[in-house]
Order: sequence, then structure tokens, then C-alpha cells
Amino acid sequence: MNTAPRLIEVRQNVLKKNDVLARALRQRFRDAGVCVFSLVSSPGAGKTTLLEKTLTELRRRCHVAALVGDLATENDAARLARSEAPVKQIITGTVCHLEAAMVEQALEGWNLEELDCLIIENVGNLVCPSSYDLGEALRIVLMSVTEGEDKPLKYPTIFNTSDVAVITKIDLAEAVEFDLKAAHRSIQSVRPGMQMFEVSAKTGQGMDEWLELLQSRIAETVFRI
Amino acid sequence: MHELSIALSIIEGASSEASRHGDVKVSAVHLKLGPLSGVVKDALLFSFELACEETALEGSRLVIEEVPVLVFCPNCKMERTPPSIQQMCCPVCGEWTPQVVQGHELELVALEICE
Ligand SMILES: [Zn+2]
Repeated sequence: MNTAPRLIEVRQNVLKKNDVLARALRQRFRDAGVCVFSLVSSPGAGKTTLLEKTLTELRRRCHVAALVGDLATENDAARLARSEAPVKQIITGTVCHLEAAMVEQALEGWNLEELDCLIIENVGNLVCPSSYDLGEALRIVLMSVTEGEDKPLKYPTIFNTSDVAVITKIDLAEAVEFDLKAAHRSIQSVRPGMQMFEVSAKTGQGMDEWLELLQSRIAETVFRI
Repeated sequence: MHELSIALSIIEGASSEASRHGDVKVSAVHLKLGPLSGVVKDALLFSFELACEETALEGSRLVIEEVPVLVFCPNCKMERTPPSIQQMCCPVCGEWTPQVVQGHELELVALEICE
């Protein structure tokens, strides 16, 4: 009997299951002509408020729906229903992020062919969601002016793995002495060239530019099929 | 904190790989970890020990190799390690670059098994 340990090579992504599923979802979305955005942020960054306004506006122009990841204690879906867009809640329980399998399961019963756009709101958390691909076309990271300009430097991974950054509650910038230039510098430092938006869902400031980005991506997706 | 669920995925992957080699005992799991994986090394080591209890991997070690971030500098046309993950630029010429070549790794590399 050989008692010396033997080394066997594996070379496998630990999150392979999620990655495989996310790739399949991405293909499904592409085939159905659905443009999928995911939103990540800290709790309290104004994600649900921005999403409600965004859904209300997009609904006038295309077929949009949303999936909302919530810990058991929250209920954002009820709030979002006011936008009159189809909204489904994903209760994650104690899990602090969404995974591709949860998205796939939540899509059961929905006809993707009828949609142009799907927005996935992740659980409020700037750490864990960064490891999980959900099959989205764009990952959008939100930070509010009340969180401070150095937020990207504290959470470089989520900013680096996102495609677009949105600074929310911009109407409060002056009151909290938010240094917009410093915020831009931090974002560009962790993700050079990142596209940035400044919005206030409350006053509507910056909303046109933000919606323009989403609409142009939706148009590209729908046009491609 | 999602290191516990990551640890469970590692155990699942390692167990299924080990079972392909027959009735073996896994003594160590080798993992490659990048700074942009979103996983904290110490938290993962701690979670792994916990998660191994009462599984086929009980008593095995998790050996983590941390790999540096590499970005492609369009100016130098070279892969380089940026000063930090808060400063994604070329350490030589200072050019900012979004092209990450390495750093997202969360990879099961090898198993040490005893037959
Ligand atoms: Zn350079």
C-alpha cells in the first residue's frame, strides 16, 4: 500500500456550476432578445427608488420586468409593483447575494420572448455579489452621495467587475459636502474608463442620460436578433 | 459573507473529483485565489475547516496560493501588476487600464490524495 500522498491536478473553477448556468442564461436572453441589467449596491443606496422610477419610465417605451433579490425581512417587490411592470421577488433567506440558479428558477413561467428588458436587483451588499455571474449584459453598481467618495476604494472588486457606475441621491450632494471630482477619481482608479452617471430619482436630475443608456442597450439587443 | 457557501462549493468539487479516483482520502486541497475574486482568504480558511466537518474531506487542509492581479498595459504592451487593486494602472509608465488579465481566480488546482 502506498501511503505517500499523491497530487492530482484538477484545474476547475470553484463556481463552475454558477458560471455554466450564467452562460446558458446569457444565451437564452440573447436568443429571446432580452437586454438584462443587474443592479448592485449597499443597503440604502437608493436602489429600489431608482429602480421604481426606471421601471415606470421604461414601461412607457418597451416591455420591461424586474427580479428583486430580498433577504427574508425586506419587501421591495411590493413597492416596485407601483411601477406596474411585472416584478417577481426572490427571497434569498440568509444568502447575501443572488446566484444564477435563483434567477433561472424565478424565470419559470415567464415568456422571455415577450420581454425587451429585464432588470435584476441584487441583494444590498457590495461584497458577495461580485463573485456570481447572473447572465446579465451589464452589471451596474450604485453608490449614493451619503456613502462617501471613497466607496469604490473600499470595495474595489465590485466596482472593478461592474460595467457602469451610478452615483445616486445627487440632490443631496451639496448638503453632505460630497466631492464629485474625488468620487470620479476613485471610480476611475479602480475601473479605468468606467461609464458614470449622476442621478436623483427624487428630482429627476440625470435621469434622462441614465435612461438613454438603458434604452440604447435595449435597442441594440432587440435589433440584433 | 459568502465564504461558507464558497467553501461548500470547494468541498463539493473536491469530493466529486476525488471519487473518480476510487476510495481515496483527500489530505489537502490546493486553491488558486485572485484579489478580484471577491473572496477573503482568512474567512475562507476558517469556513473551510467548519464546512469540512462530517464530510469526506474532514481533516484535510486548504492550501491557498494567492496570485497577483495582472493588467495589460496598452502603452508598454506588457502584462504588469498594478500598484494595488485600488489603482489599476501600469506601475512603470502610469497608464490606466481596464484590461484585467489575471486576478479573478477562484480555482481548484489540485488535490493531495492518499490511497
Ligand atoms: Zn505601461
